[in-house]
Amino acid sequence: MDELLRMEGITKVYPNGIVANKNVDFSVRAGEIHGLVGENGAGKSTLMKILFGLNQAEEGRITLEGKEIRVDSPYAAIGHGIGMVHQHFMLVPSLTAAENLVMGLEPRKGIYLDIAAAIRTTEELGKKYNLIVDPKATVRDLPVGIKQRLEILKALFRGARILILDEPTAVLTPQETEELFSQLKLLREQGNTIVFISHKLNEIKELCDRVTIMRSGSVQGTFDVSSVDEKDISRLMVGRDVILEVEKDEAEPAETVLKVRGLVVFDRFKKRAVDGVSFSVRRGEILGIAGVEGNGQGELVEAITGLGAIAAGEVSVNGKDVDGMSIREIREAGVCHVPEDRMTYGCAPNLGVEANLMSCNHDSPEFTGPVFLKGKEIRANSQRLIAEYAVKCSSPLQEVGMLSGGNIQKVVVAREFSSGPSLIVADQPTRGIDVGATEFIRARLVELRDAGAAVLLVSADLNEVMELSDSLIVMYGGKIRAYAPDAKAVGEEELGLYMLGLKNQSSEEIARVVHD
Amino acid sequence: MNQVLSLIFAPEFGYSVLRVTTPILFATLGALIADKAGVTNIALEGIMLIAALSGVVFSAITGSAGVGLLAAVAAGGLVGLFLAYCALKLRTDIILSGIAINLMASGGTVFALFLIAGDKGISSSLASKVLPKLTIPGISSIPVLGTILSGHNVLTYLALAMVAVTFVFLYKTPIGLRIRAVGENPNAAASVGIGVTKIQYMALALSGMMAGLGGAYMSMGYVSWFSKNMTAGRGFIALAAEAMGGATPLGSLLTSLLFGFFDALSNTLQLMKIPSEFVNMLPYAATVVGLVVYTVQKTRRERVAREAAGPTGNAAASGNGATR
Amino acid sequence: MTKQQRLFEVVRTGLAILIALVIALVIILVVSDDPGDALYKFLLGPLGSFRHFGNVIELMIPLVFTGIAISIMFSAAQFNLGAEGGFFIGAIATAFVAIKFNLPPVIHPIVAILFGSLVGSLFCGIPAVLKVKWGASELVSSLMFNYIAFFFGLFLINYYLRDASAGAMVSFLFKPTALLPKLVPKTRISVGIFAAVALVAVAALFMQKTRWGFRIRLTGANAKFSQYSGIDTNAVVVYSQVIGGFIAGLGGSIELLGMYTRFSWQNLPGYGWDGVIVAILARNNPLFVPIAAFFLAYLRIGADIMSRYSDVPNEFVALIQGTIIILIAASSFLAKYRHKLVFKEATRAVSAGGDR
Repeated sequence: MDELLRMEGITKVYPNGIVANKNVDFSVRAGEIHGLVGENGAGKSTLMKILFGLNQAEEGRITLEGKEIRVDSPYAAIGHGIGMVHQHFMLVPSLTAAENLVMGLEPRKGIYLDIAAAIRTTEELGKKYNLIVDPKATVRDLPVGIKQRLEILKALFRGARILILDEPTAVLTPQETEELFSQLKLLREQGNTIVFISHKLNEIKELCDRVTIMRSGSVQGTFDVSSVDEKDISRLMVGRDVILEVEKDEAEPAETVLKVRGLVVFDRFKKRAVDGVSFSVRRGEILGIAGVEGNGQGELVEAITGLGAIAAGEVSVNGKDVDGMSIREIREAGVCHVPEDRMTYGCAPNLGVEANLMSCNHDSPEFTGPVFLKGKEIRANSQRLIAEYAVKCSSPLQEVGMLSGGNIQKVVVAREFSSGPSLIVADQPTRGIDVGATEFIRARLVELRDAGAAVLLVSADLNEVMELSDSLIVMYGGKIRAYAPDAKAVGEEELGLYMLGLKNQSSEEIARVVHD
Repeated sequence: MNQVLSLIFAPEFGYSVLRVTTPILFATLGALIADKAGVTNIALEGIMLIAALSGVVFSAITGSAGVGLLAAVAAGGLVGLFLAYCALKLRTDIILSGIAINLMASGGTVFALFLIAGDKGISSSLASKVLPKLTIPGISSIPVLGTILSGHNVLTYLALAMVAVTFVFLYKTPIGLRIRAVGENPNAAASVGIGVTKIQYMALALSGMMAGLGGAYMSMGYVSWFSKNMTAGRGFIALAAEAMGGATPLGSLLTSLLFGFFDALSNTLQLMKIPSEFVNMLPYAATVVGLVVYTVQKTRRERVAREAAGPTGNAAASGNGATR
Repeated sequence: MTKQQRLFEVVRTGLAILIALVIALVIILVVSDDPGDALYKFLLGPLGSFRHFGNVIELMIPLVFTGIAISIMFSAAQFNLGAEGGFFIGAIATAFVAIKFNLPPVIHPIVAILFGSLVGSLFCGIPAVLKVKWGASELVSSLMFNYIAFFFGLFLINYYLRDASAGAMVSFLFKPTALLPKLVPKTRISVGIFAAVALVAVAALFMQKTRWGFRIRLTGANAKFSQYSGIDTNAVVVYSQVIGGFIAGLGGSIELLGMYTRFSWQNLPGYGWDGVIVAILARNNPLFVPIAAFFLAYLRIGADIMSRYSDVPNEFVALIQGTIIILIAASSFLAKYRHKLVFKEATRAVSAGGDR
């Protein structure tokens, strides 16, 4: 088969200094389904965004059928026949399927929209590619699978020959996934080329011709799918390049602080994002949750911290049932929370450092009298925290939004850790921040553990979750798939198999994480 | 009470409902077009005032009601564009921009009126024109219906026609499709090459022109002069009517008629012993009640949908829902 | 805010005002036959006599009340424009107590003013409750409530408090016990000015130095973060507007008992809308409200004097006010310079941190 598209020497550095792609070579043959796999942050999405014109690479070139092309916007990409189906659909819910399809390229009859032609096009195109969508249905009422089908049709309608699908099965039921696969295979037969991004290796095996594996911004290799097995892929995909050592003593776990039993949480698609999960976190231990993002970790954290709803099961902290408590009551029960999205939940960017440091404890007797806030104590406290956490700011009144990512995160953890928590829920505590801040935050977590806090650490960063945790659980598909009482004892290869759903522990082994 | 009922059921009452509905309907359609494009036009009140004055002034200068009407519509469109410029280019919050325009309009029209007519209250010294009334041959002779429907100002018929025109424009033309796409999911619209800002400029200009028609009706149909702050909150009522009408042209017509009904009722009741101030309050109170009924029903519908989909959240999550 | 940012905001505000004044100058030049005299009256008229300057202070007082009312509501990111109606209906309620009740001096105005304030807070509180309970836009419902307050108020005056013997549609005279004593002779400045000064101090302390004010600012800045921090944001949304309404009603009551002897307003006074301008100029900071209110009052009285002694109508002030709102609230106005400043500061902070 001929090479259709080639990306050569692609290097992308984000403004915050993170190198997302390092000299990446990637090529696709005409008429193949090409899998692109890698952990979160491996650089797959960045690479595809560059191909689709959403990001610009610092270095490297893209050639299509041997000719170099410039892709500086999605519009340009579509002009070259490159289409992308995003994880978040680019659809207008109140419009019909046909209207969504033709939007921007509307067929006209005089001054009117030729809706009959739009409907006809939707039907014809649907028949041609076996992507049947009811043209008159309102998109809002369509199931997720059909919405995705419509997105694929939209790309094809605009002349796409190369289709990029970004984790298309993440939102689908198994039946919908089956259907999607048969449709994609049909598209391949008709001569289209597909780049399929996924974490799920069984899907890669079933669907793809070749697979490119990425890790930490670099390509680990491209293989014929028939020549590699899932374990090979997993080994290349999950691994650590630099082993960051975190210095810490052996944990001395004491009594249970966080007790989760049979927890069920729904996500926004009404799927069971957390599906009957039970575990305990004890005083003086860090329990890590490893797993590819989107396997229920986010919903689990929201349920524990009160930001999300508990559908069934029990969550208790120091013996107190959390269900029905307000966020304030949960915090008063000794829970602190380093949120995953620090700019939305973790801070008010337009307020000063001091205001951000006191948001949770401004009404404690330490900082407020019967009427007035204790300005002196608050200032002393914020200066102490700024010094202790080495927050680089010009004054306690400087707006948080003007600090660097690492310093913003230090403000967040300074506030959360200083509340004297008995349970720390840290969700991706070091994502996207510089090495100095990262080491600092990790060291603080260990200190707090030694001081007797229970720590629940959620991280998609394998390095972090393996080095920092005392014991760890692996989540996949909303369930716990494995428990390692000693995080150091588990090999990363084995961990990869659990994370990608290739292997499960027995329920007896998993049940060991429930300490009663 | 019987007296009230007999007044309401008199055909003349139907006639006056349509008469007072006209400016509200224009403004509501203006609010609708802007809202569909995802922008809030709170400047409708000021735009109507400016247009009302423009109509009077230009018809007086040229001696032509038609030119006055065109001037009113053009003024409305220009102010709409100015709002778009403030909100989209200068990036002033669109609500604050609207408030500023309303302030400038209420003072500025009086200022201009004084310079042109030498009076700060009313334009009676200007020989402004009035747009003609139409008698519809076939309908005027039908007993009750004829009285209600015939003999209105030409703009009243235009307002009713505009409901259909707006519907066709928004739902049957490519531009309308783009406006709706931009208002609902600007990312999706941009992803297929639709210029989001351009569409919003256009929508605000059209919204302003629609309010301009309402302003022209106020000073060249409803009455034959311009007076200080003569729109009396109709632009604000329009915002409420649009929200309550579920952001559809037909809904806008129905809610506008509802306010027209209460407005006409207040005029009618004043003929009787009922306190006029109390009666004047009716359209506004009806708006609030209507808005609440609408939103209550909407939340209930959404709640039912949510409960059908899955169990509701714990106290913290559901209690916080309203502010999200 | 750091010192540099504060300086920057001052410069930005000054420039916006300057541009608006240049527009005023152009208008005067175009409109007036004697622009020099008109301009002189406009800019210096308020300083021309004791009485004129007194007028500025008289006008400034209600603007301080509505400015602070709006500042508090805007701080919580609530676009409640009901201060206008709250001011009016508060005055009506006060008039009711001032006419119908027999109370000893001192007690009488206090009861009247308190009643007026409570009615004001009720009026601004309803849109807040409608929003929290059902998500009805506080913007739209508060606008409607302004008109309801207006007509309902006139109804009450006309049917229960109207003095038929007076020629115009006005209420009975207030009981002398209810009137606020005048403070400065030859002006209408009453002891109400003390209330305004006290309010500025109380509001500034409340917003900056109490946990309730802090919660308002936090919720206005980022409601999700506020929720995450354990704050009941629904409660904040409601109480910020109830307090705003209380202050608007307080303003209306004090205005009425300080400046008038009977209720005679035939229109909404417009101070609620002026409060928006004051709040924007003052960046929602109660401490800056008096300065902004003084500026606006000065502008108004200047324009009044000018229109009395020259051929330029005073309504042109509205154009200046609108321009100021748009420019100050425009986030892209001078944004480039702000960005440079921020960048300089950030690099300075980092290098300073590096030395440590």
